[in-house]
Amino acid sequence: MSPFGITLTLVVFCIFSELHNRKRAFYTNPVFLSILTIALILKAGRISYDYYMDSARILIFLLGPAVVSLAIPVYKGRNMIKAYAKEITIGIVAGGTIAILSAFYMAKLLGGSEEVLLSIAPKSVTTAIAIGISEKIGGLPALTAVLVILTGILGNALGVELLNLVRVKDRIARGLAMGVTSHGLGTARIILDDELAGAVSGLAMALNGVFTSLLLPYLIELLK
Amino acid sequence: MYRGLAIIFGFFLMGEWLSETLSLSIPGSVLGMLLLLGALLSGVIKLEWVENEAEIFVRNMSVLFIPPGVGIVTYLGLIKSQVVPIFGALLISFIVTLLATAKTVELIRGRKGGDAG
Repeated sequence: MSPFGITLTLVVFCIFSELHNRKRAFYTNPVFLSILTIALILKAGRISYDYYMDSARILIFLLGPAVVSLAIPVYKGRNMIKAYAKEITIGIVAGGTIAILSAFYMAKLLGGSEEVLLSIAPKSVTTAIAIGISEKIGGLPALTAVLVILTGILGNALGVELLNLVRVKDRIARGLAMGVTSHGLGTARIILDDELAGAVSGLAMALNGVFTSLLLPYLIELLK
Repeated sequence: MYRGLAIIFGFFLMGEWLSETLSLSIPGSVLGMLLLLGALLSGVIKLEWVENEAEIFVRNMSVLFIPPGVGIVTYLGLIKSQVVPIFGALLISFIVTLLATAKTVELIRGRKGGDAG
């Protein structure tokens, strides 16, 4: 295996992480800028995606243990889950279902093809889990990955402002909405304003990942 | 270090194995996470055995999204031909999900406002 892909990924990500440390804003999101830059480098150098991906495969493989590791923040948050059991359950079941149905039917209404509908359905779930779901239901994991990251960036850029606009003041409601809708990037934004909402948001992200991966494969059979 | 990694990879392997043998549609990694959570809750696995290693994975997960994301270059034609359904649905679904989730939770909490408890 050539070390080309992993080296290119690490170098580009290092540069954009440093930029993000200096200027913290949604438009300096290091993952998004790295994807864009590497795509341009491949295109400019006439390098095939398969060659890049084959030599970066170890990173993709590590998504599995990373998802398993999400058990730790959930375990540590078990007292908070107990304290807000009703809110978290209803927020995730309602929000997780609405996320799938609104994405699927809106894309369908606007004329999306089946592979687009399947790829966009898991877009509110944290990237590592969404890629796994997309593979299982026959979507395009690469398209799902990019749509998930864009959903996170929307939440990071506009989530708090939208919640203020409709005057949602309840801290638990704000945290759940951000975590269920915009996963890690939404959590990273709301935790700056409110630590309690941020903690709820992080739990909501992990639990919505589990809920969606249980529900979506069966729901999609009904929707198709 | 090695105990933590062995536990994390072990649960990933169990999840993958279960998902394949029972042909479940839930990803093996998510099953592994649920199994590990169950093992922590039941006391079979102690938090300090895996805490540090798991947190390294969780904190540094985002670099792992880059190679799958770059795969988008193979679908540029599809995206060009479906700009409106893809990005229209993304934006509308984002707004609807955020507001519907927030309003639903606010409603069941009886509009307690800024009160956290």
